[in-house]
Amino acid sequence: MTLKQVVNNVAEMPASKKAVVDIKKLSLTFQTADGPVYALSDVDLTIEEGDFVSFIGPSGCGKTTLLRVIADLEQATGGDISINGVSPHEAREQRAYGYVFQAPALLPWRSIERNVTLPLEIMEISKEERIKRAQEALKLVELNGFEKKFPWQLSGGMQQRASIARALSFDADLLLMDEPFGALDEIVRDHLNEQLLKLWARTNKTVAFVTHSIPEAVYLSTKIVVMSPRPGRIIDVIETDFPKDRTLDIRETPEFLEIAHRVREGLRAGHSNDD
Amino acid sequence: MTMKLDKFCLVAAIAALLALIFPLSGIDGDTGKQVAFVGDIPGLAIAMALCVIAGAAFTWLGVRSVKAGIAILAVAVFGCWQAVSVLYDHGVAGYAGLGFWLFILSLWAFVWRGIDVIANFHSLDRGKQHLANVIVPVAFGVWLLFVWEVVVSGFGVPQVLLPPPSMIGERFVNSTDILASDFHQTFVKAVLSGYVMGCGSAFIVAIAVDRVPFLKRGLLPLGNMVSALPIIGVAPIMVMWFGFDWQSKAAVIVIMTFFPMLVNTVTGLNAAGKLEKDLMATYASGYWSTLFRLRLPAAMPFVFNALKINSTLALIGAIVAEFFGTPIVGMGFRISTEVGRMNIDMVWAEIALAALAGTAFYGAVAYIERKATSWHPSFRVRRH
Ligand SMILES: Nc1ncnc2c1ncn2[C@@H]1O[C@H](COP(=O)(O)OP(=O)(O)OP(=O)(O)O)[C@@H](O)[C@H]1O
Ligand SMILES: [Mg+2]
Repeated sequence: MTLKQVVNNVAEMPASKKAVVDIKKLSLTFQTADGPVYALSDVDLTIEEGDFVSFIGPSGCGKTTLLRVIADLEQATGGDISINGVSPHEAREQRAYGYVFQAPALLPWRSIERNVTLPLEIMEISKEERIKRAQEALKLVELNGFEKKFPWQLSGGMQQRASIARALSFDADLLLMDEPFGALDEIVRDHLNEQLLKLWARTNKTVAFVTHSIPEAVYLSTKIVVMSPRPGRIIDVIETDFPKDRTLDIRETPEFLEIAHRVREGLRAGHSNDD
Repeated sequence: MTMKLDKFCLVAAIAALLALIFPLSGIDGDTGKQVAFVGDIPGLAIAMALCVIAGAAFTWLGVRSVKAGIAILAVAVFGCWQAVSVLYDHGVAGYAGLGFWLFILSLWAFVWRGIDVIANFHSLDRGKQHLANVIVPVAFGVWLLFVWEVVVSGFGVPQVLLPPPSMIGERFVNSTDILASDFHQTFVKAVLSGYVMGCGSAFIVAIAVDRVPFLKRGLLPLGNMVSALPIIGVAPIMVMWFGFDWQSKAAVIVIMTFFPMLVNTVTGLNAAGKLEKDLMATYASGYWSTLFRLRLPAAMPFVFNALKINSTLALIGAIVAEFFGTPIVGMGFRISTEVGRMNIDMVWAEIALAALAGTAFYGAVAYIERKATSWHPSFRVRRH
């Protein structure tokens, strides 16, 4: 495999594929009692079909807020955003995306299986089909055998995996994942990273993925978005072109290390801004 | 000396020893003699001696196991039996002396220690644990009844002031048909129907109030006012509106139970977290879907809270409301008329019935709550 220069700036790339998320000059200001909080300012970003985009940046830089704007859970105060060519509201109504929250958010009165089938139930999918899909999704996150358990009987990491299974169960083309693996140990994390990559390679889903881990971001992504706080903004977008069927081995390659270095430099620049 | 003495058993031993020495009873006004001597009553003498021995032994050994706890409880039960028989078979009732009360003190120390040991019992065997959990309140209740009995009999308290529980029990057993018809009238007809109507309508109104903001502003203060209405003012009016029979009592109960249910349900409907609501939003879940799948389940602990509060309110409401006119049956009616006739034991039998019915009602609601909201942190046990 020839891995030549894989680092490019997005601005130089011609837009060829269909844009799933198109963000122009987006800004979001929270009006709080202590004055305005500029959570996002002047954000420009295009996520194309089949992209795996990682968002990385210090705590409070607006990663979650950006994902929530895409998901129509938060309204931008300025700029334009479209999802699959329509407004985020319409996209939400069309159930265009699956969202994995930073916390598991499982309903405590439902078993793991019934938590995973919750979206399918709302989408009025037949019972047999629901059970079948829940089985598949739980298998993907290696929680088969825990169908009848209740969330409080599972560890925090298992709960988070169940919430991932829930987001996968209805097979949306766009996955929005907010630090899904934050609560997991390295080994399980590596494993789930591989699973997620396989799923992505197989299904051509588009993924927007928030993480605090540089190796995770570089390993998974086709595009790494580095953000910086106060005001929350994008300071660098790094494209990689590792093949879709990459393995964990690429972490040892010079290309990988080079990209990781550039991400780290970007993060440093963002940090030194504040003090 | 390195060992720690068991203070309760020490008290029990010393009190029982003194009980053997001090006079058992006071002096009969007619004969000028003591009513009874320990020496004449072998059963009591044995019980007291047993208390001295067991007290001394366990002072030294300590009550460390459940078996030891049961042993001292057994000694105490035998003692209680002898104490009651001394009161009634040997004429000590009304004439109890220092010796008798010292003996009761000794028994008290034993029972306290015994219950304490069983209350601290922990076992992974669910059956045994369950048994221990049942024994503690039962033993405690029986002990309270015993103290009530011996205090009232021993001091010769007039029955109009407070009859002993044995007398109330006797009256209860001999009047089951009256009690049954009163129960049917007050509980089955008035309480249950009023409770279902009051809680049910408040639940539905709560959902409407939650949906329509102006109702929340307008109706909640109004409900507050209604709940502040004094029941003794409302009851006669309800009797005028709905007649003497159970319907007017049910109406009083509806008024009493409506507001607690309304407030709790409205609060509960806001209990679902923001994150969970966002989750439902990502599935484009509609109002009713979110209501049934998220908000109502999350509200259940609040709803059950109101159901429990209302279960006691409803019974009180029905009984009090019957003071203001009823057909010649019903628990409140019976209490008001039997008080007039100085049949205090019948009044107490009705009170006992109300206590039993109220406890059973509350217990049933609490049981359903456990089953329905077993996911709630206050109930769940981590078990893999
Ligand atoms: N609802 C809100 N009201 C007011 N301020 C908010 C709100 N939500 C987020 N913020 C603020 O917006 C900024 C960005 O928050 P956000 O949650 O997007 O950060 P993040 O990058 O996801 O951080 P983390 O890595 O810790 O999850 C923070 O300063 C936060 O305090
Ligand atoms: Mg966040």
